[in-house]
Amino acid sequence: MGTSFGRGGATTFQQDLANSDCIVIQGSNMAECHPVGFQWVMEAKARGAKLIHVDPRFTRTSALADVHVPLRAGTDIAFLGGIVHYVLQQEQFFRDYLLAYTNAPMIVSEKFADTEDLDGVFSGLDPESRSYDVETWQYEGAEVQAASGKRDQHWQRRTHAGRGEAHGSGGAEIGTEPKRDETLQHPRCVFQILKRHYARYTPEAVEQICGVPQEKFLQVCELLSENSGRERTSAFAYAVGWTQHTVGVQYIRTAAILQTLLGNIGRPGGGILALRGHASIQGSTDIPTLYNLLPGYIPMRHAHSWEDLATFVQGEAAEKGYWGNMESYVVSLLKAWWGPHATPENEFCFDYLPRLTGSHSTYETVMEQLKGTCEGYFLLGENPAVGSANAKMQRLGMANLDWLVVRDFSLIESATWWKDGPEIETGELSTDDIKTEVFFLPAAAHTEKDGSFTNTQRLLQWHHQAVEPEGDARSDLWFIYHLGRRIREKLTAAAADGTQKDADRERDRPVRELTWDYPVKGELAEPDAEAVLAEINGWNADAEPLSSYEQLKADGSTACGCWIYCGVYADGINQAARRKPGTEQNWVAPEWAWAWPLNRRILYNRASADPDGKPWSERKAYIWWDAEQEKWTGHDIPDFKATKPPDFQPEEGAKGPDALRGTDAFVMQADGKAWLYVPAGLTDGPLPTHYEPQESPFPNLLYRQQRNPVRQMMKHENNRFQPSDGQTGSEVFPFVVTTYRLTEHHTAGGMSRWQPYLSELQPEMFCEVSPELATERGLEHLEWATIVTARTAIEARVLVTDRMPSLRVQGRTVHQVGLPYHWGPNGLSTGDAANELASLSLDPNTHIQEVKALTCDIRPGRRPRGPQRIELVREYQQRAGITDETGTEV
Amino acid sequence: MTTAREATDPAAESGYTDHPPRMGFFTDTTVCIGCKACEVACKEWNAVPADGLDLTGMSYDNTVGLGANTWRHVAFIEQRKPLAAQDPGLHHDTDVLAMAEHGSATQPPEAGMTPTTPGSGDDFRWLMASDVCKHCTHAACLDVCPTGSLFRTEFGTVVVQEDICNGCGYCIPACPYGVIDQRPDDGRAWKCTLCYDRLGEGMEPACAKACPTDSIQFGPLDELRERAQQRVRQLHEAGVGEARLYGDDPDDGVGGDGAFFLLLDEPEVYGFPPDPVVTTRDLPSMWRHVGAAAATLLAGAAAAFLGAGKGR
Repeated sequence: MGTSFGRGGATTFQQDLANSDCIVIQGSNMAECHPVGFQWVMEAKARGAKLIHVDPRFTRTSALADVHVPLRAGTDIAFLGGIVHYVLQQEQFFRDYLLAYTNAPMIVSEKFADTEDLDGVFSGLDPESRSYDVETWQYEGAEVQAASGKRDQHWQRRTHAGRGEAHGSGGAEIGTEPKRDETLQHPRCVFQILKRHYARYTPEAVEQICGVPQEKFLQVCELLSENSGRERTSAFAYAVGWTQHTVGVQYIRTAAILQTLLGNIGRPGGGILALRGHASIQGSTDIPTLYNLLPGYIPMRHAHSWEDLATFVQGEAAEKGYWGNMESYVVSLLKAWWGPHATPENEFCFDYLPRLTGSHSTYETVMEQLKGTCEGYFLLGENPAVGSANAKMQRLGMANLDWLVVRDFSLIESATWWKDGPEIETGELSTDDIKTEVFFLPAAAHTEKDGSFTNTQRLLQWHHQAVEPEGDARSDLWFIYHLGRRIREKLTAAAADGTQKDADRERDRPVRELTWDYPVKGELAEPDAEAVLAEINGWNADAEPLSSYEQLKADGSTACGCWIYCGVYADGINQAARRKPGTEQNWVAPEWAWAWPLNRRILYNRASADPDGKPWSERKAYIWWDAEQEKWTGHDIPDFKATKPPDFQPEEGAKGPDALRGTDAFVMQADGKAWLYVPAGLTDGPLPTHYEPQESPFPNLLYRQQRNPVRQMMKHENNRFQPSDGQTGSEVFPFVVTTYRLTEHHTAGGMSRWQPYLSELQPEMFCEVSPELATERGLEHLEWATIVTARTAIEARVLVTDRMPSLRVQGRTVHQVGLPYHWGPNGLSTGDAANELASLSLDPNTHIQEVKALTCDIRPGRRPRGPQRIELVREYQQRAGITDETGTEV
Repeated sequence: MTTAREATDPAAESGYTDHPPRMGFFTDTTVCIGCKACEVACKEWNAVPADGLDLTGMSYDNTVGLGANTWRHVAFIEQRKPLAAQDPGLHHDTDVLAMAEHGSATQPPEAGMTPTTPGSGDDFRWLMASDVCKHCTHAACLDVCPTGSLFRTEFGTVVVQEDICNGCGYCIPACPYGVIDQRPDDGRAWKCTLCYDRLGEGMEPACAKACPTDSIQFGPLDELRERAQQRVRQLHEAGVGEARLYGDDPDDGVGGDGAFFLLLDEPEVYGFPPDPVVTTRDLPSMWRHVGAAAATLLAGAAAAFLGAGKGR
């Protein structure tokens, strides 16, 4: 989403789904996982919209759909690419929208070679390092920076003299205006590249790869096309069914291409809704728990030599659009963190920021734990012993720590593995030998503390404390604040008593000088959450709250903890706490809570009007140019400079937002356009390409290249990969597995498996199989089955159901096994964890694990106990001829 | 119809003179997403105990049915019938026999269909329906209750008073729907109160409040019946010919339900009795017969006595 449109968030809001003429839910089980938001899907349906659910399983979402399309897990790019092909071939795209708001006319560098030319890989692939040199993917004559994703990838060229020469443009400053062909005929324009790239994604190919009959596929194509254009709009909703793959980002990119071609972005009833996994997942990337981002999607520093603030901004910022103001965002952030210590002389403490030396995602952290480099670990509201892929690796990693802190409501599996985990039973670990010191600290629930959730549609909603936490339970805010306070007291004392070495004193300076002075209240000394919100919002030199990120300055006169949240505390009022009922305001309900950025509910909504500023149609009017008042107006807050007229042309040499034309609706993008083709920001290709999952019972029908060549794999004896089709031993694991959630439970179970009212609704782990698979393998309804991969074997009760359809793919039948992943051995409702089965093979952009499509064997009966469990897995590995090299080909 | 409705004002019949309109539930099962929020909200508000951990294998229904500890129950029905009962618009002019010949590589006899089985690709649907006490117009449970624990409220609903119930259990077999049930620990009877305590405060019942898709609608029964008729018409126009109401008819065997349903199949499919009749319907005539029989018996005895006297 970020690389396609400019911001890593849903482009629309759930209430707006009610305005859709057609809704495609794919990679999501919205009715089960977002039941409250699903009311607006039902509202749309009541108004006559068509609802399409594309999913390997028939779920509670499918039950309410007009059309359910079962497809083989892991083949969504082929399916969506097929629709892209249909839209291009049948000329169903929205031409005026395409020319005005997308990069379809841009000419791409002649150094670029597509998967069409290289049989499934792009130009720049280095098989040795398993990475792409992305330079060849740029536009001709202009180098653009991405609005999100890997912005460091052009650092060397962008920050060093002579970078222009590398482009053969005579050492001139890199232009911000790529060449265009308004006729869309140039063979190297994005539109033509797109056409060629997707030419092979025919209905026949879709049928063969996905197992979707052609007529059903065409029905989806027709419904989408009929319901897109000037008068009608269609929306997409997805969730982790798309992200949890070795090509996850590219799944979402395919939908972005499709919605852009159809002209469905920035318009009511359109958009792409990224449905987040739980209450504040959006918030956890906005103010990130991710290692590679600073608040507001500012990239984290890399460990480049001699990088100062100016070089950082030069390397990571864009020339044009709102990322052109990155320096103001960074300086304001540094002022929020280090206050008076941050001065122009010390570059506002820019050097206090930590630096990246590579990927430090959760799975790399586990590898570092196993190596002994990572010695301590905090788990706050996280249960990796159940919820993370290859859960055994997680536990073995934790068993190699010095200390582990678990903060949760109950004694989750991640807190007790050292005494009753699966490895204790198999003998792989022994409690006496584990040196990890484990601290369990009870956590307060959301009803016991003030704070905000940033929900799936970028909406910050404040919640007030209802009761005091019981016993020793404390909020996470309390824990982090007081932990920081105590550490700072110790460091300050050490710095003052004269015993500390100078080097150590310097090392500790960033912690000692942090602004860490939030007021506390009550007997428990709970920090004031609103004071934190006020700091996130930011203030000016007179300590007055800011109201917009347009006010941020690079001279140190403003402080702002997260530039995209600027305005949430405008006028000193907690805007996120607003609760004016929808019945008392317009349908967009701008006075219910507060959405980033600047309370805009549909992003890029400048595109809801035509280039002249008039609505594309009365039916889909949303934001338009009011010539009399000389400003943008409408139902929502314009995602555009309110007074910039549609015919605005920037002055020569203008930078940042000033360089945006009156038609550059995608204001975060370096060229102001929605990107059909991504010239920068992704590690695995400018265009989505169908690759088979890491483990697949089928060959890639489209290219010789079987898998994503730059996918990330963790090589380890406990993380063996299985052979795919065409390799000896692949028949040992003939079935496709997909994992998922149920309405009745919450992710890894910490919030539901201890609740009697929820546990009784889904009382234990089960697997779902088709009647055909049950017959083939002798599985009995409600009896036990053992599911085996090269990692481990788990057991589950069997539900035989038509909801788990077997499919016909490439001339044979493929059976799929469905596994909910909520369970572990603790709590009221128990069972083996599905994530034990998955391998650590990751998307190279996001480092997210592939748990939505892998392969397995299934057999009747319970799994063996004790060491025999390992024996069984070893026997399978031997039978399949698995070595440390299996499945690791480029 | 109107006359029948006017004739069935249960609150008035129970002696309320100035009472609020009869309140009830309309459960539109066509928009139920089976989230079970109604079950949980009901238990939370009414402090109904948990009911045990038992994987039943009945689709996603691990609650099984209404009972003393389950006042809302969501049924899940998997069927080999077209989704939403709407014509998916597919062309079924393929040569079915030819395709069947090279069909699924594993054709077990019981594998009735796969999505690629010609002509049946859409033949699967999953019905969900949230069941609840019907709050009958003619409520047998109330008729047979000897203690007055069961009573008719001013809203026309039927409520058990837990502090009066003596656990006699007469109401259990009296219910034509099998709703009311005894808790094994003390034998008292329990069922949905239609959140009588919330209604008194002008609030809607917990289940209706929690329902995200408005499958459970709460309101004056007259309004709900009108809305339901309109919804059925709308569905019929959309090609869903199977849509029908259940429990809305004041002329049925219980005088119409205070909680009625929109279904997509026969009531039996959802576990509802097809033609419920108030079990105390025949009580008056039974008592008449009993009376007549007793009179006859008495007369006979008297005659015998008299006759015997004569004989002596």
